[in-house]
Amino acid sequence: MNKVNKVKPGATWKEIPIGGTLPAATSLDYKTGTWRSFVPKWDPNQCSHCMICVHYCPVMAIPTKIDENGIKGWRDRIYKGVLRLETNLDYCTGCGVCAEECPTEAIKMERETWEVR
Amino acid sequence: MSVNIKSKKIPLTGAEAVAEAMRQIKPDVVAAYPITPQTPIVEIFSKYAADGLVETEVVTPESEHSAISIVTAASAAGARAMSASASQGLALMVEVLPATSGLRLPVVMAIANRALSAPINIHCDHSDMMAVRDLGWIQIFSENAQEAYDNMFLAVRLSEHPDVLLPSMVGLDGFIISHGVEIVEIYDDELMHNFVGERKPNLTLFDFENPITIGPLQLTDFYFETKRQEQEAMKNALKIYLEIGKELSKITGKDYPYFESYKLEDAEYAIAVMGSTAGTAKDAVDELREEGYKVGLFKPKLFRPFPYDDVREALKNLKGIGVLDRAYSFGAYAPLYTDIRNALYDLDKRIPIQSYIYGLGGRDIFKHQIKNVFMELIEGKYTKEEKCIGLRE
Repeated sequence: MNKVNKVKPGATWKEIPIGGTLPAATSLDYKTGTWRSFVPKWDPNQCSHCMICVHYCPVMAIPTKIDENGIKGWRDRIYKGVLRLETNLDYCTGCGVCAEECPTEAIKMERETWEVR
Repeated sequence: MSVNIKSKKIPLTGAEAVAEAMRQIKPDVVAAYPITPQTPIVEIFSKYAADGLVETEVVTPESEHSAISIVTAASAAGARAMSASASQGLALMVEVLPATSGLRLPVVMAIANRALSAPINIHCDHSDMMAVRDLGWIQIFSENAQEAYDNMFLAVRLSEHPDVLLPSMVGLDGFIISHGVEIVEIYDDELMHNFVGERKPNLTLFDFENPITIGPLQLTDFYFETKRQEQEAMKNALKIYLEIGKELSKITGKDYPYFESYKLEDAEYAIAVMGSTAGTAKDAVDELREEGYKVGLFKPKLFRPFPYDDVREALKNLKGIGVLDRAYSFGAYAPLYTDIRNALYDLDKRIPIQSYIYGLGGRDIFKHQIKNVFMELIEGKYTKEEKCIGLRE
């Protein structure tokens, strides 16, 4: 079966695949982080790794890893297994759902200052 | 012209003839919702599926909106998908129709042309297909059951051609064709199936080695380019329609032009009309010819894409034209009249042309009324307003 190619910006109507069809998973190329006017500040010491923010994130910008050594978090306990990692700011739109849903107030929304990045 | 192939001539309604065509085409998926006068098409086809004559997945959803969504999605998955509808059913499909064409999916539908509500009416006019004429679907109108049968095969091949990849609708006048019994020449199953062959999709959702995204967002950056491609596909369809017609001719011995020109070569006055009324008009032409009038009939079959250059060439020597539309375009010139008038703009001379509206909601049109139209053309009774045939003034 034939393949479909990615589209280069500025391509003409004769160059692009018909009907707007694209390869799968091209949204990875779309860095929605540029939409952001607020940025989540995550405090690992307050995090219970409950995964609520991971599931609520509309752009799946919160990565996880499996770690049996564990790390210290909320109430100085050691959390093992699936752990939340730092938010991927390439995709985080700054919507604030994670901060709203966090049961341990480990995430605070701050005004984005693009100079810092 | 006689062609030595297997065929049988049997009495069928237009709906039965279309269902026969679908049986021979062997679509992978058919989804439709019953609506008068389309119902017998899918009813008969469902029976074929239930009896094991076809291996089609027949889906009976809760609405036409779902029916067209199902066939669009099935087509995206690589299936040959077909449906059928009419009137309000087609109107309910409208949200999805430009998605089918925009995604370039070769769905084929038979439309048993019926008046749009309100007032509610189940009889024939062309207001349903005319309402969706700008949505990127190829539109072919049929004069009788035989043409409806033949057009189904043309439509499948045209839609699935790699330079076209646009959906098609084949119009047959509700009740007049869909329920009227005529002798229809049905060609050999294998021959007709081989004519359409199997669908060979370029890309499908079911190709798991090469996963694709269908229907992604295109904003100010690419939407325009994608729509330009669609227009190009319509232009290609114009050329390819004739090529496929020539192939079909080898089986049927008939010609498949953009339009039928009946006694038009030396005609001075002509009527343009689509669908079943063309049959009545031919009788009117014959009788007037016997009386010595040089009159002819111009019957468009392929309405979208509209073959402007060929229409102009066919009509350029006339002294007067009457265009009969079976639909209003409210607040504007009637649809067929608009296109024919546009086609003639590029002529150096100006041919008098008169718009007529007829047959709305299934109102009968008689031979004497068509002869009267010819006499008005001959007597030079042209107005800028459209005239109505058979309306109580």
